[in-house]
Amino acid sequence: MNHDQARYGDDERYEPLLSEKDTTSVDVDEQSPLPDDLTRDSLELPGLSEPEIARHYTRLSQMNWSVESGPYPLGSCTMKYNPSFTEDVAADPNGAVHPDRSEASLQGTLEVLHGLQDYLARIGGMDAVTLQPPAGAAGEFTGILVAKAYHESRDDDRSEVIVPASAHGTNFASAAMAGYDVVELPSGEDGRVDLDALEAAVSEDTAALMLTNPNTVGLFERDIVEIADIVHDAGGLLYYDGANLNALLGRARPGDMGFDVMHYNVHKTFATPHGGGGPGAGPVGVVDDLVEFLPSPRVCETEGGYELCEPEQTIGKVHGYQGNWLVLVKAYAYIARLGDEGLEDASAKAVLNANYLAEQIDYEIPYEPFHHEFAATAGDRDAADVAKRMLDYGVHPPTTKWPEFVPEAMLTEPTEAESRASLDDLAAAFNAAMADSIEDVESAPSKTTARRIDQAAAARNPRLSWHALGDEE
Amino acid sequence: MSNHNRHERAQGSPYAPHTPEDTAAMLNAIGLESEAELFDVPAEVRFEDELGIESRSERELRAELSSTLAKNADLTEFLGRDHHTHYVPSLIDELSERSEFLTSYTQYQPEITQGFLQALFEYQSLVVELTGLPIANCSMYDAATALGEAARLAGRVRQASGTRVLVPEILHENKRAVLENYVDGTDLTVHTYPMADGTVDVEALAAAADEETAMIYAENPTVHGTIESRLADVGDVADDVEALFCLGSDVVALGLLTEPASVGADVVVGEADALGLPTAYGMGLGLFATREAFLRQVPGRLVGAGEDAAGKRAYTLTLQTREQHIRKERATSNICTNQAWVALRTAMHLAWLGPDGLVDLASQCVREAQSLAERLSELRGVKAPVHDRHHFREFLVRTDQPASAIANDLEASGFAVHVVDDHRLQVCVTDVNAAATDALVAAFEEAL
Repeated sequence: MNHDQARYGDDERYEPLLSEKDTTSVDVDEQSPLPDDLTRDSLELPGLSEPEIARHYTRLSQMNWSVESGPYPLGSCTMKYNPSFTEDVAADPNGAVHPDRSEASLQGTLEVLHGLQDYLARIGGMDAVTLQPPAGAAGEFTGILVAKAYHESRDDDRSEVIVPASAHGTNFASAAMAGYDVVELPSGEDGRVDLDALEAAVSEDTAALMLTNPNTVGLFERDIVEIADIVHDAGGLLYYDGANLNALLGRARPGDMGFDVMHYNVHKTFATPHGGGGPGAGPVGVVDDLVEFLPSPRVCETEGGYELCEPEQTIGKVHGYQGNWLVLVKAYAYIARLGDEGLEDASAKAVLNANYLAEQIDYEIPYEPFHHEFAATAGDRDAADVAKRMLDYGVHPPTTKWPEFVPEAMLTEPTEAESRASLDDLAAAFNAAMADSIEDVESAPSKTTARRIDQAAAARNPRLSWHALGDEE
Repeated sequence: MSNHNRHERAQGSPYAPHTPEDTAAMLNAIGLESEAELFDVPAEVRFEDELGIESRSERELRAELSSTLAKNADLTEFLGRDHHTHYVPSLIDELSERSEFLTSYTQYQPEITQGFLQALFEYQSLVVELTGLPIANCSMYDAATALGEAARLAGRVRQASGTRVLVPEILHENKRAVLENYVDGTDLTVHTYPMADGTVDVEALAAAADEETAMIYAENPTVHGTIESRLADVGDVADDVEALFCLGSDVVALGLLTEPASVGADVVVGEADALGLPTAYGMGLGLFATREAFLRQVPGRLVGAGEDAAGKRAYTLTLQTREQHIRKERATSNICTNQAWVALRTAMHLAWLGPDGLVDLASQCVREAQSLAERLSELRGVKAPVHDRHHFREFLVRTDQPASAIANDLEASGFAVHVVDDHRLQVCVTDVNAAATDALVAAFEEAL
């Protein structure tokens, strides 16, 4: 596919910084209504006109890839199409309210949130849901704090969380943030959890096992019932990382598999825009035994309407208020648009697309049968180089070099939003990047705004603001 | 059920482009006969029931949600307390909702995402200018979680010993609760130091601080809207006990009030969503800036400038070895998805205001608060502000009559104010509600 990304600027840069377009210094003391000792002396910021700002950001947007630009098959990120109408729903001025208002004056907001709690509980097979965590990792942290509070309430002192080696990095970091020692579980030869290794890892110290299912190479953990039994028999809880839920909507539910607590990545599974790195939302669902430990407040339905209620043994707060409203309302609209059949179909098409794409590419895929994503290997080529070459063919490449147990991994998740024709283009890009000469691959990309960026050099000499650019100009 | 599909396709996802012919051909290509065969899910955990979620059309949903949200009372809000809003110019929606920004993700391939990277680099630079600190990350979830991360940073760095985190008596209860959870897995503990008439009681703070103190937190303005006058002394107390000084503020206040670096702040956290976002039921943007010494302990994403193969300046995520996807359980934070799009909007709003516009807006926050407090104080049985201090946006109001009864009456008249306790209310005024202050004062008088 032909592709040349926009490229503005001059010999030095692709678009001047705001500060290079204008820098204006003002004497704050002169304008301030406050005594001098309470104010700063001066303030130096770009002082541009609205037309100049509009052009600046329009150009920046043109130098950026997005789901609406073309295929964006980042594995584990679920870059699916974000329906436009959800933006209009979120922009409703009646929803632009302050969280400190009385509950009586917020019945509309609370009704939407309650509706989303209910939808998510149904989809996950959970008994209750909190919408407070503002991202997936925040959901993990919340879920592990809930598990910790549960054990503590039973005077059960447990110090370890077990995480498979193949898990998302956030699992390790979230468990550690909650104060647990992380026990890494090696992957079995078939890419799944090895039951013997799990038996050996669990003990009376096990607070929880964190598991992604399908796992990070797209395989369903077929032994999930046995896994749940092993963890539960040891007195631990089973945590579901919802990053890969897009594979299973309406086909299988974490609650039915024996999971006790889970988070949902609504920006992935429920199609809210990723916004260049957020905001997302990471609601947490739990089974009955854990409901009283959820963050405060939850939205409850009473005879008189909706109320905010505090779980009896709540862990407290994980966000200053109630999380990322603008994301949550979009997720509600998406789920309601699809309904039972649409959700089930979304997963079917996501899995179909991954399998169809895999069939079209000349790459070895060590672990099968996969679902919504697969880990291809670049073999004797550097996966990062192959990815850079793919950029020249007008597609975003997959997640590279992860999971680590797949050599030169290219973790690919096309999502249900790609058409068959688009998947054929994507496959062509995969295959061309692998067939091109090593020189072409190593010198790629050339069609993107920037050529290959020396990231190691950037890290050795960190320049993190325009103030640090100094002598470059 | 309504006919909710745009085309006459199967009753499936309207956002999956497959025709029945496509599906059949694709299944055929992979050697399967039905979609059910795609799933390697054991029968014992297969879900055969219905979720019970009814699909609605786009038009039906817009009508439904519009009528649901219309159940929110139509109130003019005089509410603040860590969630502030100012007029958001139309330009911000127009530009930030360009799908190239909105539907992109974290910049794992920098060559094809220079636009967003540059915007985040500019956001970081604007925060550096506002705080005077040389390192700013490209977002935390909100002010409360940014404070939690700051405390964890204090617990990690060599420069601070000890395990006590000292926080002011006047602090949003939610922020305190989030902080408690963020330090739950560490040996840090949170302790309160007293305030004197709404600002830090420096002598009491000095008495509370000791060599076991890892971090001292103060805010400017405080959650009561009071402006601190002795921040340099707070910085000295922190220095004396080798603790970090963490200062909380917000992106508008920073345009006017004492520059954090000038009073020895080691970390600045706070609310950056006061610009760029309309009121969004508490959705935020956490500001996080710090000194060079703590660069490798910073939580969250950092965008750096580098060079590409054409010898031009280009931007990339950098120092990623701090982060969870590489460092796992030894990462500085678990944060992955952050609030990048809100940071984009905040940077746009700052650019739109420019330095004069920002100082004007911040000055208005002082003048409007002072003027409204004076007018309320003229009412019988009302004293405002309660604290004998300069205020930013908001202030406490003492009422002889029960505060909650007054708040209820005000709500019935179409105004929302915050009830602090039995005889204290809190009122917040900005450019957004300034035009309604006459009506508020009249309703307040009526309510007495």
